[in-house]
Amino acid sequence: MNARRSGSTFPAPAKALAAIAVAFFSLPLIGLLWRAPWSHAAEYVTDDASLTALKLSLICSVWATALSIVFGVPLAWLLARVKFPGRRFVRALCTLSMVLPPVVGGVALFFALGRRGIVGQYLDRWFDFRLPFTTAGVVVAQTFVAMPFLVVTVEAALRQLDGRLEDASRTLGASSWYTFRRVTLPAIRPALAAGAVLAWARALGEFGATITFAGNFPGTTQTLPLSVYLALDTNPEQAIVLALVLIAVSFAVLIGLRDRWFAGGEGEAPRVLL
Amino acid sequence: MSLHAEITHRLGTLDLQVELDVQPGEVVALLGPNGSGKTTLLRCLAGLCPIDAGRIELNGVALDEPSSGTLRAPETREIGFVFQDYTLFRQMTVLENVAFGLRARGMRAAEARRMATAWIDRVGLMDYARQRPPALSGGQAQRVALARALVTSPSMLLLDEPLAALDAGTRATVRRDLRRHLATFDGVALLVTHDPVDAYALADRVAILDAGRIVQTGTLADVTAHPRSRYVADLVGVNLVAGDVLEGVLTTPAGVRVIVADAPAGPAFAVIRPHSIALNRDVDAHSSVRNSWVGTIAEVDRLGDRARVGIVGTLALTAEITTAALDALHLQLGDEINATVKATDIDVYPA
Repeated sequence: MNARRSGSTFPAPAKALAAIAVAFFSLPLIGLLWRAPWSHAAEYVTDDASLTALKLSLICSVWATALSIVFGVPLAWLLARVKFPGRRFVRALCTLSMVLPPVVGGVALFFALGRRGIVGQYLDRWFDFRLPFTTAGVVVAQTFVAMPFLVVTVEAALRQLDGRLEDASRTLGASSWYTFRRVTLPAIRPALAAGAVLAWARALGEFGATITFAGNFPGTTQTLPLSVYLALDTNPEQAIVLALVLIAVSFAVLIGLRDRWFAGGEGEAPRVLL
Repeated sequence: MSLHAEITHRLGTLDLQVELDVQPGEVVALLGPNGSGKTTLLRCLAGLCPIDAGRIELNGVALDEPSSGTLRAPETREIGFVFQDYTLFRQMTVLENVAFGLRARGMRAAEARRMATAWIDRVGLMDYARQRPPALSGGQAQRVALARALVTSPSMLLLDEPLAALDAGTRATVRRDLRRHLATFDGVALLVTHDPVDAYALADRVAILDAGRIVQTGTLADVTAHPRSRYVADLVGVNLVAGDVLEGVLTTPAGVRVIVADAPAGPAFAVIRPHSIALNRDVDAHSSVRNSWVGTIAEVDRLGDRARVGIVGTLALTAEITTAALDALHLQLGDEINATVKATDIDVYPA
């Protein structure tokens, strides 16, 4: 789009409001950059504890994203395509954690999957497997809050998809599974990518559910957001640097992926923009 | 390879009740107004809409028969379906699109590629085999869709408005190509269209579908010579009157009398050609061999040196007169007019 032309039709009050919105999002970042202890920054980042937390954050958030895709895409398909009684209820239930305070989610997970939880007690008794206060628990907590972002995005794309593409595939002799893999999935790929990035970003920043359900153990459950919060008490300078690291990683991924996955080529299908 | 279909299917306001037989190698065009159920009928045959009652049988094998619980999924029917806007898979190349049906049926990649390439060659798109659909023109996309549907050698080919999305120039070329492919196709072919020109060029037989029923079937020449529905009459541009004939007079359900020359008694259709209708301002004239109906002019369309005049009144009619006559009569919208037709100029045939 031509920036000059779009600017000319953009009313001045809206421009001012948009500028305030941009400031609203950039000022906190500027504040952090301004207060950052640049001379010691390298030490804080390469500090063993910080690197451990960063590594754990990245591993857990990627796992959470993978689980969100594996379970979230079929769920989105179910919600978009299969008419069943109570579908609205199921959709609300499965996206509830988007609006729930994460701490509440963490507590709820505890009662479901904790050692005395309705499912957790059997995991413990039969398989000697415990989720709370483990790295796997972090992944579960992150998946719980992140998956709805993917489900909502993919469901919207499935609803918009021309059903006759799938019809065409069926008439050509393709089973429904072959149709899903070869026709549906490629057609919703941009939305799937957008949903996966949203879910990943949500998982990376996840704090409340993680600290409630998985605790705060360095090396096993202490992710970067948790160490930022902890450092605020003990070493505010380090907290700022770690916060900046978190911001830098997220920012880099959002910009990088957007260019590679979301910018449609000439004549490509309409892409879902992040 | 023949098709026998008795279909009852309700979808929203559409109540489809159709009986249709198509012989091997025959091309049948389904013609009808929007919402008459043409596309739904194709979808029923393809298995995309299971029927409520009846039976669909292809080559003696039941595909869909609710009474016996038989329902074969679309992917297990030997069909080819060309959708209205082709529904090519955008993320695949032309070659992958055409090979899709073969691969979906489990054919090895090399063999599928060989067969798909042969078809791409047949439709003259070898230069585009590696292109993706967005790079194709409408006519090219149509040919890819056709090749994709035919590569699996279906027993039944279903085409939903195959030419509707094309501009006038491309249409003629694509129609000619399609005709060539249909001529060599030995299965059952059904073609949905709006355009009698397509039906004339491509089909051996037409079936007129109106409000979910087949109201007429036969060659296009037969059908247009003796319209049995308002739709066909409008298509051909004639006035159609339905009623009961008794002693040389056809009476419509509304009680309008049409004097007709020696026609057998019973329910009948009468065709009044627009150019057989004479218009004059003498609204009191009567005659025993001429029909005359008084009406009001509702519409005047000038087409070169002819003009079509729409009349509403006891009988809604369209008359065609010369523009010279139109000007001589000083006809204006809203004028009262006497429309007369000789009884011998009216075609009557049993309903």
